[in-house]
Amino acid sequence: MHIPDGYLGPATCGLFYAIMLSIWTIAAKIVKKTLSVRQVPVLAVGAAFSFVIMMLNVPIPAGTTGHAVGAVLVAILLGPWAACIAITVALVIQALLFGDGGITALGANCFNMAFVMPFTGYYIYKAISYKSAVESKRRVMAAGVAGYAALNIAAGLTGFEFGLQPLLHHAANGQALYCPYGLNVAVPVMLGEHLLIFGWVEAIVTALVVKYLQKKSPELLTGRG
Amino acid sequence: MKITAKFWIGLGVLAVLSPLGLLLPEHFKAGSAWGEWGANEVQELVGYIPGGLEKLSNLWTAPIPDYAFKGWEEKPLAELSLAYVFSAVIGILICAGVVFILGRFLSRKD
Repeated sequence: MHIPDGYLGPATCGLFYAIMLSIWTIAAKIVKKTLSVRQVPVLAVGAAFSFVIMMLNVPIPAGTTGHAVGAVLVAILLGPWAACIAITVALVIQALLFGDGGITALGANCFNMAFVMPFTGYYIYKAISYKSAVESKRRVMAAGVAGYAALNIAAGLTGFEFGLQPLLHHAANGQALYCPYGLNVAVPVMLGEHLLIFGWVEAIVTALVVKYLQKKSPELLTGRG
Repeated sequence: MKITAKFWIGLGVLAVLSPLGLLLPEHFKAGSAWGEWGANEVQELVGYIPGGLEKLSNLWTAPIPDYAFKGWEEKPLAELSLAYVFSAVIGILICAGVVFILGRFLSRKD
């Protein structure tokens, strides 16, 4: 889901950088008021967790690969705004140091994985867990469903951004200038592979860690998170 | 043991297991992630390299490209796995370090 350089045209790249600049500004203001200094070590672990879980590529035999992001788990524990900052840091390090995801596409990648994903996951988790007890099975299920749904929403959105490119930019001879696949291919493929395989990885990881924390450290699940 | 200490053990385990993210796709003959092909792969897929993609695809040269050292593209999987663990450790430490410092400014004292 890390869009490389060259797949999105300047209009798309610029738009998402502009959107993310305002989201980062708001996130900084909100987190400064809501995140306790005692939660910072857990947020640091959250960024590192997201970084390493994204390295664990899962194959579709003879097909493509994909991975979980961990954004929903961080959002459940520390809230979506703090998660936005943690996942942004992971994505920036991946792009700059490891060439995973483009520099020009960083705004779009952050929008998909560091904004849309933690926010949708967080609110789905909140809605399903509703007023259930912190130790309840319902919360484990809520975490799993939220992880699955949020990764798929982010993947579908990524497919949409890819698929828009042939409509926005093409050379005089009709050849694409950036991503060559249109919406009719990019959206179903991105959505399909995540619905089929990668979404389940996010679901299982998110649910299992919540289940573990219910036993070992339930206070992390009751916080403002 | 404090829960953050347990988290760090978990991160260590994930770093050691991270080469699975390299070996499993290799074993199951899975290619690149969709939409993350190099310019040559795009040429094979659609018959040409889109002009903008050709210009931008080499915009940035990462110091540890694709979680492997430069010039290691043809190394055996065992060595690539070592580079992968090394990348995981470096990435984990930098991500946690950056958020730790950033978090000191972006949090309330209580």
